[in-house]
Amino acid sequence: MIETVLDILSWALLCLGGAFVLIGGIGALRLPGFYTRLHAASLTDTMATILVFSGLILQAGFSLASLKLIAIMLFLLLTGPTASYALANAALQSGMEPDADRLGGKASGGAG
Amino acid sequence: MIIVFGLFLLSLLVITALAIVRTENLFVAVMLTSIFSLLMAANFFILDAADVALTEAAVGAGITTVIFLGALALTAEREKPSSAGWRFPLLVVAVLATLIIYATFDKPRLGDPEAPVHQHLAPWYLEKTPEYMDFPNVVTAVLGSFRGYDTLGEVFVVFVACIGVLFILGVKPQAGAEPEIEDRAGLRHHLIPQVVGRILIPFIILFGLYVQFHGEYGPGGGFQAGALIATGVILYALLEGEAAALRAVPRPVLLALVVGGATLYGGVGVACILLGGNFLDYSVLSADPVVGQQMGILLIEAGVGMAVCGALLSIFHAFAARRIRL
Repeated sequence: MIETVLDILSWALLCLGGAFVLIGGIGALRLPGFYTRLHAASLTDTMATILVFSGLILQAGFSLASLKLIAIMLFLLLTGPTASYALANAALQSGMEPDADRLGGKASGGAG
Repeated sequence: MIIVFGLFLLSLLVITALAIVRTENLFVAVMLTSIFSLLMAANFFILDAADVALTEAAVGAGITTVIFLGALALTAEREKPSSAGWRFPLLVVAVLATLIIYATFDKPRLGDPEAPVHQHLAPWYLEKTPEYMDFPNVVTAVLGSFRGYDTLGEVFVVFVACIGVLFILGVKPQAGAEPEIEDRAGLRHHLIPQVVGRILIPFIILFGLYVQFHGEYGPGGGFQAGALIATGVILYALLEGEAAALRAVPRPVLLALVVGGATLYGGVGVACILLGGNFLDYSVLSADPVVGQQMGILLIEAGVGMAVCGALLSIFHAFAARRIRL
């Protein structure tokens, strides 16, 4: 009984994580401009890491594999946002301005 | 299910390869090469070759990318327009591809236990490893002991490659301009990458040592460990500047690692001869042949790790020490 519940819970987490990765991918392809794309990819990626690894830990149960999964999750949670920050920072340093006006104009233009 | 994964990864590989050929921006090509290596590592892992996958991920996707970027900083970012025609290369590639595809028709199916490769020496290796070495990872046994000559050759190839790169690029940068560069070097003024990097570096080195000394029991060994430890030091160089990394691990230490690693490997072989065995026959190293084998493999893996780590770091520094052309 408890195994079935755990299985369903872990699969729900895994599927939700996969959905987040998919949304992030669509966002990285569809959004205008560098910073918005980075925003889409990085935030969903962090959320997906937590969800997918929680699902995998539930699958692995109380074992050495779970410990290793937790270690990998911590590593990814540290490095992923750092890499996104470094990327955005490097873009800003090299003179790429976040172009809020153009995005606003485009959105209102689309509405009109 | 595994077939679906394999097909997916292989098609991604083909797409990446085509993208590498088509792009004219060298920076993009370097990044795509890194992705190619990562996909290849996943492929190896699906084929149950965990040791090879680890090597490909650490060397191909990790260090090679950094060295490529270091080389790229010295040259232009865009490919030179080629004046050669495309018809002849296309013909050569088409003929070769047809030949290779024709050759695959004779290949046994994936995982076929009747395949010649599983009939020849592999059963003997699988049977004798527990008897001779008494540890579970057959790959390490094959690499370190059964085919010790091949690995010795590989270490010498790494050694020679390092010497070659140092001969071409290892000119000392002129003194004078260094202090001015050093203050602005690395990501010193970027707090977040620096803090995170400082947290990670000890764990990367620790993981490298784990891979080094756990090679008899899990995937890993000298090649992977050398690359991982070199990655840790290169991360330090990226954060604090190249000069700081050279202060932490100076050039003489790097050269000593390369030379010492190759010498340690060869020396173990010679020691075996002196103790009355054959070259690289570790059984004579101890009274108990099994302990002798384990000792010998541990020693030569340490030699491999030292040589690889030293060579990769020397090559990285050889590129990074050159003045960037502006």
